[in-house]
Amino acid sequence: MILLVPAIIFLVLLFLYPFAYGLYLSLTNAKGDGTFANYLRFFADPRDFRTIWTTLWIAVPITFINVGLAIPFAYYMRRGLRGEKLVTFFLIVPITLGTVLISEGMLSYMGPKGWLNQFLMAVGLVKDPVRFTHNYLGVVISLGLSGFPYAFLMLLGYISGINPDLEKASQMLGASKLQTFWKILFPLMVPGIAISFCLNFVMAFSVFPSAVLLGQPSGPTRVMAIAAYQWAFEKFNFNAASAISMVMAAIELIVITLVLVWRGRMYKGASIVGKG
Amino acid sequence: MSDFKRISVRGMSKRFGEKLALQDFTLDLYKGEFVTFLGPSGCGKSTALNCITGLLPISSGEIYIDDECIDDSKRKTAPEKREFGMVFQNYALFPHLTVFDNIAFGLRLRKHTRKSVIEKVESALRLVHLEGYSNKYPTQMSGGEQQRVAIARCIVLEPRLLLLDEPLSNLDAKLRVELRYELKALHERLRVTTIYVTHDQTEALALSDRIVVMRAGKIQQVGTPEEVFSDPANLFVADFMGFKNVWKGTLQSLAESPDHLDAVVGLGVTTLRASLHYPQGDARREAITAAFSSGAPVVTAIRPEDIHLRPAQGMNALPCTATLVEYQGQASQVSAGFDPSSPERNAGDRIDFRSAQRVGVGEALQLGVAPDNILLFPASDLATGGQAQERAAP
Repeated sequence: MILLVPAIIFLVLLFLYPFAYGLYLSLTNAKGDGTFANYLRFFADPRDFRTIWTTLWIAVPITFINVGLAIPFAYYMRRGLRGEKLVTFFLIVPITLGTVLISEGMLSYMGPKGWLNQFLMAVGLVKDPVRFTHNYLGVVISLGLSGFPYAFLMLLGYISGINPDLEKASQMLGASKLQTFWKILFPLMVPGIAISFCLNFVMAFSVFPSAVLLGQPSGPTRVMAIAAYQWAFEKFNFNAASAISMVMAAIELIVITLVLVWRGRMYKGASIVGKG
Repeated sequence: MSDFKRISVRGMSKRFGEKLALQDFTLDLYKGEFVTFLGPSGCGKSTALNCITGLLPISSGEIYIDDECIDDSKRKTAPEKREFGMVFQNYALFPHLTVFDNIAFGLRLRKHTRKSVIEKVESALRLVHLEGYSNKYPTQMSGGEQQRVAIARCIVLEPRLLLLDEPLSNLDAKLRVELRYELKALHERLRVTTIYVTHDQTEALALSDRIVVMRAGKIQQVGTPEEVFSDPANLFVADFMGFKNVWKGTLQSLAESPDHLDAVVGLGVTTLRASLHYPQGDARREAITAAFSSGAPVVTAIRPEDIHLRPAQGMNALPCTATLVEYQGQASQVSAGFDPSSPERNAGDRIDFRSAQRVGVGEALQLGVAPDNILLFPASDLATGGQAQERAAP
């Protein structure tokens, strides 16, 4: 038991205390008196309240896209591929680079005069440069670049842990490849899909740097994190900022709960995959 | 359910890159037969099984069901269309489905009605003695129960061919014997054409109508359990069937008669008279006569059970000293060295036998073996039988 103490201290200092302090801040005013005013203000202010939908409108589609793309990729690479190391390398690079570097790269590569637009125009696919940056699309693309590798690597781990004989057994019982996927592999991947969906969603929902660098922080991509940042460091109202982050946490919890409920409905069997 | 008389595999080979895992595999399986592929690990028996199911593409050869070609190495019927059933060593039950849903899986794919699914699953569960297990999940069951579900999942579809890939290897010794009895009873009752893959000769002998002994991708012998057990085609099969006393020697004389050979073998320390039941036309007969005329060395193959502590009249005498005694309950396993040991003798040669009577280490023994119980093979079999020598005793 005593061995747990450092871990508990660590958790309390780094996680519980900041969270409790934030909760306390959100429920008080500048003088320290208890009040719900911070929350009431947030929900009453249309410009702030709207950030919930703005953020969801960015986070939900890209999470579906990331996880949805990761499933077929993981499926085709479940038994290994030639050049798998190279593929994995290119997938891990975006994780190591960090959001800011990706955003900088995208700004020049996908900008109106960037290579991508020059190529598209040279091929004749478009006449005028497509706007990939400083809008909704830019934020979504950058979240895809940084979120997809996580989803893919996590699902690859899950699907390659499934006993390969299950697929053979299903086939011998008369199932086609597609039937085997939907009836056997997909249900067994559900726990992995749920977890990678949650992680991807939380990452996308708390998006900040790419929403500023690649989006339009004043309007269409004014996400909740930007609103909280503005209250804290432009208006120096930490109470209002804390209230916004508490609302963020609440929404994330709701979404995670929904995903876990779905997982529970889909997957009733034992949680251990592999030994069969 | 389409009926058939015979499944024939002709000249089937399987190559993995440079390695030839299966070579010129030819076999006819008749409806209702129980055939076992027997051999040490890496002999190609599982490869042969997977090729027959269609899960592995074959490199050359053909597979027919009567006149219908299901695989000619270029075009093949998909595994899911062959109406074969397969049972895996690790059971391969679907962990997210209940026992009922596991067994119903194939029936539902075949669009059986709800009522017929329930009826068939229940009768399959009765057949493997698992009534009342419908709602359990695989992980809530023991290995033996899981394997019985896996068997029920196959036979409920009434497959044309049932393939079992080392189905008992993951079970403990007691369960293995129990489930083996059940498999036997099930086959007696249903007469499903079956291919069974194992490395355990006891299982093969107990279950099979015919045994296919394999080594290094090649068939060594095909025969009934009795044929393979008492009349092995070569040294490898003999060794696998428990002829553990393999001693090198030279033929000193050979008398031929139509249905057998009478040989005298010099072992250096002693000589043995062997009466070989190798009829005319037997490849073994030709190999031994060739060895006699060229003076090439031969090896013996004798079962430990055929060496006796008290020699009877007419037996070969084996003077020796016990070097190792292993008590095994009803009898002891004894190893002994020849007397007197002489430098020209292979130091590895030892006499293995079983004795109901207690024998002490260092005790001088006078053992005996009847000429009828000795088999001889050319010593060149040793080189190709090297793998057999490495195999751990069962």
